[in-house]
Amino acid sequence: MKKILILGAGTAGTMAANKLNHLLNKQEWQITVVDQDETHYYQPGFLFIPFGIYGEQEVVKPKKRFLPANVQLIISPIQLIEPEKNRVILEKENQILEYDYLIIATGTHPRPDQTPGLTEEEWRKSIHDFYTYEGAIALRNKLKNWQGGHLVVNIMEMPIKCPVAPLEFLFLADWYFTQRQMRDRVKLTLVTPLPGAFTKPKATQLLSQMFTERGIEVVPEFYTERVEPAQKLLISYDEEEVPYDLLVTIPVNMGADVIGRSGLGDELNHVPVDKHTFLSTKYDNIFALGDAASLPTSKAGSVAHFAVEAFAENFIRYVNGRNMEPNFDGHANCFIETGYGKGILIDFNYDVEPLPGKFPLPGIGPFTLLQESRINHWGKMMFRWLYWNMLLPGREIPFISNQMSLAGKQSD
Amino acid sequence: MTTLEIVGKQVEFDEEGFLKNPDDWTRELAEALAAEMGITLTPKHWQVIEFCRQDFQRTGESPTLRRITKESGVTTKELYKLFPKGPAKKVARIAGLKKPTGCI
Ligand SMILES: Cc1cc2nc3c(=O)[nH]c(=O)nc-3n(C[C@H](O)[C@H](O)[C@H](O)COP(=O)(O)OP(=O)(O)OC[C@H]3O[C@@H](n4cnc5c(N)ncnc54)[C@H](O)[C@@H]3O)c2cc1C
Repeated sequence: MKKILILGAGTAGTMAANKLNHLLNKQEWQITVVDQDETHYYQPGFLFIPFGIYGEQEVVKPKKRFLPANVQLIISPIQLIEPEKNRVILEKENQILEYDYLIIATGTHPRPDQTPGLTEEEWRKSIHDFYTYEGAIALRNKLKNWQGGHLVVNIMEMPIKCPVAPLEFLFLADWYFTQRQMRDRVKLTLVTPLPGAFTKPKATQLLSQMFTERGIEVVPEFYTERVEPAQKLLISYDEEEVPYDLLVTIPVNMGADVIGRSGLGDELNHVPVDKHTFLSTKYDNIFALGDAASLPTSKAGSVAHFAVEAFAENFIRYVNGRNMEPNFDGHANCFIETGYGKGILIDFNYDVEPLPGKFPLPGIGPFTLLQESRINHWGKMMFRWLYWNMLLPGREIPFISNQMSLAGKQSD
Repeated sequence: MTTLEIVGKQVEFDEEGFLKNPDDWTRELAEALAAEMGITLTPKHWQVIEFCRQDFQRTGESPTLRRITKESGVTTKELYKLFPKGPAKKVARIAGLKKPTGCI
């Protein structure tokens, strides 16, 4: 029996286990998955929790349910990866797992401990986050009784997973406070280290315009050094200050500590890999998928989906001694919720920025690219169903291919 | 794309001011680009520039801010003093490298 060991049963690890289990001969291959948490969280749903749109029911399910019966799931934190010895040591009873192939899918996680002042006396009082389940719930309770003031959303450092989520939060906040007839008592600001609202020029232009229309301010190129919780101030490395009443922070995102400890990570504990095949740049039997990998594309569930599809095909080639195809192009596809039952859709890859047009069927849609529409909002809401029922089990999604398509897009 | 005459030579830059052809880079060019940003290069500046150029040779990518501070020993605070407002991008421009990809 050959052994595949998958670290992390989140979005990428679960999809990879399902795909490989489907494609490989079960008499010859044994797949084991390790995760420290029995619960699978639908993280895109965290965005909706603070506004009372989603609750526990929509975002929390047991991991086991999404893995095939013949795949072994072990619940334990991972202590150490020893790539030279082809083995992994777990925290539970110091169990040792050997592998022929290792797939790292331990994701990337918010680390408020990385910024002085965040997790002190004001944490979850006037300083909140929504990148964790607990954080999203705490923020919901805060917003319920909040009387208004200056709400600042700040991005500590790039890259973060789902780089559009902070923008969506602001759009939804604008809608939420308007519904509650208190928008005039709330000032909304985005504080970001980026030169503008987003990373890609055309999308930034559209999003900035939408921010202006909604009276949401942007403070660009602000790299936060520390937070002064008592004075309620964000302070940048060049000594600029932004005051707030309520801070919704997107903390530094880092890969799992075990990646760093095992000498497999970059300065943020993300694993350097070939950007088309996910093969580690250091070891020829280690791959990294999803947010855990250091890649020049967005860290998102949709990206993980395209990545796993591309990876699974290649993995079969690879173990049969054939060359892998450079078949992952950095494809990302993100719905951006813009409030009032509308949304935007962006579709891009390593080389092509988000462009206007129709998706997935050229000229028909139904989704509109880089343009607000109601159907895009339904796309975003439908994504949850798709996630639990199609993405995680590794089913093919009709009309949507791994590689980005230029058909139906307008460039100038 | 723009072409500028710097220290007596025609040099091409992309829309964001990053050097098109890495071979056009010289120390004089770096001085001139820095001067344009209002920066006079000191040995400390050069330590950072040289680190970034070497790192680029190793990895093929311009280092992010976090990488510079972790690997070169210069603190973030110092970097902001040396290259105010967006040090990673400014160093990459002065060092003749491409735009850092840390921001996606
Ligand atoms: C607020 C928010 C909104 C988002 N919105 C969207 C969206 O609209 N669309 C979209 O496509 N994506 C969205 N995303 C991003 C998406 O959720 C992630 O990109 C995706 O889940 C990445 O999958 P992954 O498998 O790489 O990591 P994860 O799903 O995070 O899984 C990592 C797993 O590894 C486990 N693990 C980590 N370290 C260890 C260890 N030491 N030992 C054992 N187990 C470990 C964790 O328990 C976890 O189960 C959003 C994310 C957030 C936070």
